[in-house]
Amino acid sequence: MIFLKVLVHVACLAPIAWLVARGFQNNLGPDPTHTVTFFTGHGTLRLLVITLAISPIRKLIPKLAWIIRFRRMLGLYAFFYGCLHLMTYVWLYAGFSWAAMVDDISQRRFITAGLAAWVLMVPLALTSTAWSIRKLGGRNWQRLHWLIYLAAIAGVVHYWWGVKQGDRTPMEITVTLAIVLAARPVVAWVRLRMAAGQRVRSSL
Amino acid sequence: MLIRKSNSDGITSSEITPRSAYMNRRAFMAAGAVGAVALAADPVAHLLRPKTVQADTKLATVPSPLSTKGLPLTSFYDITHYNNFYEFGTNKDDPANHAGSLRTRPWSIHVEGEVKQKKTFDIDDLMKLRPLEDRVYRFRCVEAWSMVIPWIGYSLSEFIKQCDPLPSAKFVQFLSLDNPSEEPGITSVNLDWPYSEGLRMDEAMHPLTLLTFGMYGQVLPNQDGAPVRVVVPWKYGFKSAKSIVKVRFVKKEPHTTWNDMAPNEYGFYSNVNPNVNHPRWSQKTERVIGAPIWKQRQPTLMFNGYGDQVASMYSGMDLKKNY
Repeated sequence: MIFLKVLVHVACLAPIAWLVARGFQNNLGPDPTHTVTFFTGHGTLRLLVITLAISPIRKLIPKLAWIIRFRRMLGLYAFFYGCLHLMTYVWLYAGFSWAAMVDDISQRRFITAGLAAWVLMVPLALTSTAWSIRKLGGRNWQRLHWLIYLAAIAGVVHYWWGVKQGDRTPMEITVTLAIVLAARPVVAWVRLRMAAGQRVRSSL
Repeated sequence: MLIRKSNSDGITSSEITPRSAYMNRRAFMAAGAVGAVALAADPVAHLLRPKTVQADTKLATVPSPLSTKGLPLTSFYDITHYNNFYEFGTNKDDPANHAGSLRTRPWSIHVEGEVKQKKTFDIDDLMKLRPLEDRVYRFRCVEAWSMVIPWIGYSLSEFIKQCDPLPSAKFVQFLSLDNPSEEPGITSVNLDWPYSEGLRMDEAMHPLTLLTFGMYGQVLPNQDGAPVRVVVPWKYGFKSAKSIVKVRFVKKEPHTTWNDMAPNEYGFYSNVNPNVNHPRWSQKTERVIGAPIWKQRQPTLMFNGYGDQVASMYSGMDLKKNY
């Protein structure tokens, strides 16, 4: 398990190390700002989708129930990538100018959606400790963490609103997210059927 | 065009038809029996010729006072690997990867609309119409990135004079090649093809507006709009139509592709203007292509720095409305 956790850390951090190294060599393609923006943005959405995939997978395949142990870590990495994405904007687009940021947030819906997605992740990152779960109580904690659905949806909306019309690149992550979200009611239904089947068998 | 290391196709430069012979091929073919042999060999020659050959063709040029001085040029690599040319796909590297299938010979421009009579110009004749000039221009994309490109061509006005437009011609429309067999994006990208762009007559006649055949001392690489495009340096890049096959003189403002797609984002005029923002981003600054990430951003200039030459064409116009 420790080995696997180290592996996940490496898998999440290695791309950032690669990005930084290429940045110092000025080797991030013709438009490095654009490269870093999409790299961190895609990273955030992918990690969110992977985090969201864990619950349905472990419910559907009981043998894989142990992957729940990676969920918090992956969620936090999604937030970490989201922070890098936000910093890319604050530094390379807004140039640390409050006026530019206020302009963007008030006038550009794709920026508003992106910021909303990040803001929604903040309470989740802050309450990711075992202590928070105890303090909030499992039920409340779980309700709070349903915000991840909104964060992921806001993130995908941000992507669609950010690209120009006719550009279909956000389609892949949108479909993946849709599958992961739709898997929840499907898995619940399958489990209900299985439970009902067991009841029938035991009553015979 | 594909950037290939020379000889990667096993063809040495001496095997490639020299430009002079190539330009005179019709005179050559006219020579009776020899011509028949050449005709039979031509399709074969076409198959053997690497797709990149056009881009290796050097052009003889003269200097121009209209060239922008004192700017560091964007690298040839970046100009040929960071393109918006949706006929080949929506990604920036799609044109570099897919434009090899574009056939730039034979090629002609059909002129129609408000003209004395319809005309057709062969590309090789067009390239000889006037001396080809070196024109370094700033290039500003509506997506807030910029380059500095050493184009080669002559003022579009020289070509327009040859078209004999009628006084009723108030606008010029440019239509780009629409051939799905050579341009995979035509099938995969949901735009209303062919790509259509247009200029007001005075804009088209402005000496800065360049009928462009080359770049960096050679013919246009396919992904940069080969074999002939316009370049309007004070407007956002999408106004500079590529791979032009038809020029139509019209009475009314022609429909243009991006304006049809999203009129609130892409106006007909689309002059570079740091005071009019795109709905999705500010136009006050731009990212310099090829610069290190920490030095990429620079302020955008009104009319892309060409205000002294072009601003008078828009006096009295509200540029916030006519964006």
